[in-house]
Amino acid sequence: MSAQMILIVRALGRSCIDAIFALGRFVLFALATLSHVFRPPFYFREFFSALLNVGYLSLPVVGLTALFTGAALALQIYSGGSRFNAPEVVPQIVAIGMVRELGPVLVGLMIAARVTSSIAAEMATMKVTEQIDALVTLSTAPMKYLVMPRVLAGLMAGPVLVAVADSIGIFGGFIVATQTLSFNPANYIINTMNFLTTADILSSMAKGMAFGTIATLMGCYYGLNSGHGAQGVGVATKASVQAAAVLILAANFLLTAVFFTA
Amino acid sequence: MITFENIFKSFGHNHVLRGVNLKVERGESMVIIGGSGTGKSVLIKTVLGLIQPDSGQILVDGQDITQVKRDAFLSRFGMLFQGGALFDSMPVWQNVAFRLQRGALKRPMAEAREIAIEKLRRVGLAPDVADRFPAELSGGMQKRVGLARAIAAEPEIIFFDEPTTGLDPIMSGVINELIREIVVEMGVTAVTITHDMTSVDTIADKVAMLHRGTIQWCGAHTDMAQSGDPHVDQFVNGHAEGPIETLR
Repeated sequence: MSAQMILIVRALGRSCIDAIFALGRFVLFALATLSHVFRPPFYFREFFSALLNVGYLSLPVVGLTALFTGAALALQIYSGGSRFNAPEVVPQIVAIGMVRELGPVLVGLMIAARVTSSIAAEMATMKVTEQIDALVTLSTAPMKYLVMPRVLAGLMAGPVLVAVADSIGIFGGFIVATQTLSFNPANYIINTMNFLTTADILSSMAKGMAFGTIATLMGCYYGLNSGHGAQGVGVATKASVQAAAVLILAANFLLTAVFFTA
Repeated sequence: MITFENIFKSFGHNHVLRGVNLKVERGESMVIIGGSGTGKSVLIKTVLGLIQPDSGQILVDGQDITQVKRDAFLSRFGMLFQGGALFDSMPVWQNVAFRLQRGALKRPMAEAREIAIEKLRRVGLAPDVADRFPAELSGGMQKRVGLARAIAAEPEIIFFDEPTTGLDPIMSGVINELIREIVVEMGVTAVTITHDMTSVDTIADKVAMLHRGTIQWCGAHTDMAQSGDPHVDQFVNGHAEGPIETLR
């Protein structure tokens, strides 16, 4: 084997080891977070504050994103369906598209953009300014006080946000279909209701829980493991959003495979 | 009493602590001096478990700190951080009363606020500061709030990490006086990290000099001028020439 080949294999090997090491650290972090869910003390004020930030304050961006996506989806399906003489499938495809895929994924990505970044930046700044150390010296575990309430809020707010996104997305499609594509409003609603199944809705909620957890967990992980100074805060924030977005899309694929290919 | 026994700590190839041995007696005010980056802050952070030493043992009142219950152990300590480390998401009084609002020392909110205002008064801050946020305060005021937080739960041992860094000479003097008053008044064991010789002169009963990862010299503050150690002499007098290498 040539020296150049050895260098390439060595670099690949090192990257693989680094990746496995990083994955291991993240898994340990997630398990530590989980262990705190069942052990007192519980910081209810921090939990409700996180719930407000992750859930309630995300509603405007989630709602607007879902509204425009649902509306665009209706136009696309009408246009595409017309090519093979099936423009009437708009309500069914908008419903299934929003509930099964677009609603959860849009919520996941919006939370990653809005919440993951803010959690990572806040915690990284706290680390840089020794506020995390101060918490420890004040007999307060950062995992319990900072991480657990946020992750729990993500887990709970995720499905609610997805339900809102699904509903508003379908409503966006309804508005476009009835106002510009001449669909009958009553028939549109009946077709939507009849086509959706309980499994569709449950899969949507499950994805919401998973994506909310991933988004908050990644923000906390990168924030608490940030480097030094302003650059460390910037790197942690960027990395947290990238990792959360990729993990959310990967988890979406896995959950879709689990729910709909059995 | 705090005892450091042969403490080693490295960060990668940077060997910061290379066998530190030091004793801080109960009720004593020990000041640890040394140049920037010599591991002074690392040393006190090992006691609180913020940094794990690579080897060596730390005993507090004869007990190995790795064998004690963490919450009860930490409740014996207060710490003033170099930059204040105030929680910027909460008002001043909640920072000061942080320990009194949760955990074993939890008090009713009104009582916790009352204690916080009393501690703020003790460090020379008016009650109206209580409802302001840390970002609205000057550097000196933030140090005072940090000091109030460190003493709020009446700890037995207080660590002061560079208490005068970033302050003007007058404010530095005020903070030094406050620290000395509080240490004497509360009868606590105090460990102060500094390279400010004014702080040393005001606060110290004993002085230890950390150099190249070990304690270069340790003795009473009154003996420091006659230590006979060229490293101590160079540091105290601020000479560029001497056994301590400097970058120019």
